[in-house]
Amino acid sequence: MKFTTKVVHVGVNTDPTTGAISTPIYQNATFCHPALGQSTGFDYSRTKNPTRSVVEKAIADLEGGSAGFAFSSGMAAITAIIMLYRAGDHIICTEDCYGGTFRVLDKVFAKFGLEASYVDGSCLAEIAKAVRPSTKALLIETPTNPLMKIADIQAIADLARDRGIHMIVDNTFLSPYFQRPLELGADIVVHSGSKYLAGHNDVVCGLVTARDTTLCEQIGFNQNATGGILGPQDAWLLLRGMKTLALRMDKHNQNATTAAHWLAKHPKVTKVYYPGLDEHPGKEIQHKQASGYGGMLSFEVVDADLVPQVLSKVRLIQFAESLGGVESLITFPYAQTHAEMPEELRSRLGISGNLLRLSVGIEDVEDIIADLAQALKK
Amino acid sequence: MDFATKLLHVGVEIDKATGAVSVPIYQVSTFHQEDVEVNQEFQYSRSENPTRRALEKIIAALEGGTAGFAFASGIAAVSATILIFGQGDHLIAPKDVYGGTYRILTKDGPRWGISHTLVDTTNMDDIEAAVTPATKALILESPSNPLLKVSDLPRICAWAKERGIITIIDNTFMTPYLQRPLEFGADIVVHSATKFIAGHSDVVAGLAVTASPELARRIGQIQNSLGAILGPQDAWLTMRGLKTLKVRMDFSQKSALYIAQGLSEHRGVKAVHYPGLPGHTGHQLLRGQADGFGAVLSFDVGDVAVAKKIMDNVRIPAVAVSLGAVESILSYPAKMSHAAIPPLVRSDMGITDSLLRLSVGLEDPEDLLNDIIQAMG
Repeated sequence: MKFTTKVVHVGVNTDPTTGAISTPIYQNATFCHPALGQSTGFDYSRTKNPTRSVVEKAIADLEGGSAGFAFSSGMAAITAIIMLYRAGDHIICTEDCYGGTFRVLDKVFAKFGLEASYVDGSCLAEIAKAVRPSTKALLIETPTNPLMKIADIQAIADLARDRGIHMIVDNTFLSPYFQRPLELGADIVVHSGSKYLAGHNDVVCGLVTARDTTLCEQIGFNQNATGGILGPQDAWLLLRGMKTLALRMDKHNQNATTAAHWLAKHPKVTKVYYPGLDEHPGKEIQHKQASGYGGMLSFEVVDADLVPQVLSKVRLIQFAESLGGVESLITFPYAQTHAEMPEELRSRLGISGNLLRLSVGIEDVEDIIADLAQALKK
Repeated sequence: MDFATKLLHVGVEIDKATGAVSVPIYQVSTFHQEDVEVNQEFQYSRSENPTRRALEKIIAALEGGTAGFAFASGIAAVSATILIFGQGDHLIAPKDVYGGTYRILTKDGPRWGISHTLVDTTNMDDIEAAVTPATKALILESPSNPLLKVSDLPRICAWAKERGIITIIDNTFMTPYLQRPLEFGADIVVHSATKFIAGHSDVVAGLAVTASPELARRIGQIQNSLGAILGPQDAWLTMRGLKTLKVRMDFSQKSALYIAQGLSEHRGVKAVHYPGLPGHTGHQLLRGQADGFGAVLSFDVGDVAVAKKIMDNVRIPAVAVSLGAVESILSYPAKMSHAAIPPLVRSDMGITDSLLRLSVGLEDPEDLLNDIIQAMG
């Protein structure tokens, strides 16, 4: 079955009682047992809820995992993965990773003795050099946030397999429609489902899927033991969003490509980061491992004073955190998503006071460009 | 303000834009920012969501704390509270602690360098003996699950305060209507709001309330960093449930006493654990620290076969895990809530294989008692 068909049919006709095409919302905490020692398969919604189960199966099917897990946020999903490890273990992470991932490693798990190193995910040699005897996992984002660097998933997965460590890919930016890391050898895929998968800026949720069944059991254990689960209403909205994933991603991709080309020619824009541009250093790897470039781009304006101007003048594009929704959003990573990152690292990476990140929505691209044009004008 | 009035009128600011009396469900992930220089109240729903915020304010007001936090489940609230500590810290918890908390302490704790000692919290000497220089917190459940043992919370909290040990009280069984631990010196209160607070078997939710701004900062940081937050729909349903907390509790605890008395008089029942019974060891103690005895009881039928027969034959209560709902729920702790505890440890605690736990709902109490008696055969 083709992906586009699969994605439309997630959760269709899952209710044997009524035949309802849409999955019922089981707003329910506990389940009656037929008799002592017997179970319908559902005992308590933290452990397993029928609505959540459907969306969990969907992400596993779409990514090619053996089981899926839905969480109350992308960070709750990442937490459940980090909790696979223990004090004294070491994790290697993309240096321009999402600020929330950096925060949880740096502010929470560091005090429990989990060590982390940050590397340029687009440089295989640097990753290999960072591996220590205590290294247990590589947590990779590609394209990265906000600099859109591309990491070679297959090459890194090969390295991880050789060294006996887990390769985790945060696939939030591309979604399984464009990129399926498990097929390229990764062990675990994590999503902030709040972004493209749900796609409407209306749900906060996270998803995890993995290939190995033992690994899945361990993630399931963490989900149940620490309880950062996704509620049934939010699970249903996520499922509903997923049905239009293919259509939305195509449009995001098309609009972002057009906007990136337009921005690249703008006199007040000094640099555009988008893997679909010919001059992007990761373009070849991107072609090899993904079927699109996604809807995210970042750009630098010539003068930092232009940043507040653009943010206050945009009308159609909303100035808000988050990304991946049908509506276009603009973010100032330096002060928002990456505020928790040390200044030294931000400046080395290029997350400067001139950088803006644009999540290109599915509006008419001419309107998006017109809005950018008027916002950049003095 | 009387608790019943507080329950309906605190923290529920009427929506300015429309005048709606019920808090709107903000099914939204992100918020438009007016000015890059200004930190707006709401930016991203994981950090702050207006619907969740309303619930957090309400629970803080009801418990008398400085701030409230809503989580995706009771155990997410417990995890977040435990994660404010660090590597090398030591916690003390009750021997008969809820199975989910036990699982975190025994399975996750050691992985992250948090050690623990389980004690009988009804015995002050036991608690004292467990303290080490690394002890940072004491987790308490009173009345306990499923044996309804009562710990002297005011005394323990005062003792802990002198030693700089943080007290964390799981107030799920009592709710702030019947017991407000922060008023007698506890530092943190946690709830599985799935139970009496939401009260309808329809939401999985957790809450935490802190006594100081510093603890609020620490829990808030974990809530935002780890992101095990409560969604807006579930936050709204929890608030909806809270509005009837007092009337539900009043009715259910009256029924619980009636059923406890009825079961005590039945020759097939070896023991009834309900602190509302004058003969219960914790009866007087609970009187002094709470405004009621709650709606959970357990009873031992002395024979595994009879216990199983009851589970098979009851018609009114749901045979299920969980508690604190409008529907009565009958559960089998050895196989359900306390299954994560090894059998030997379990029987040592008095959680036998012939013990049943009843969470009394809103059905007619006579119907419930008769149903259990007929189920014994």
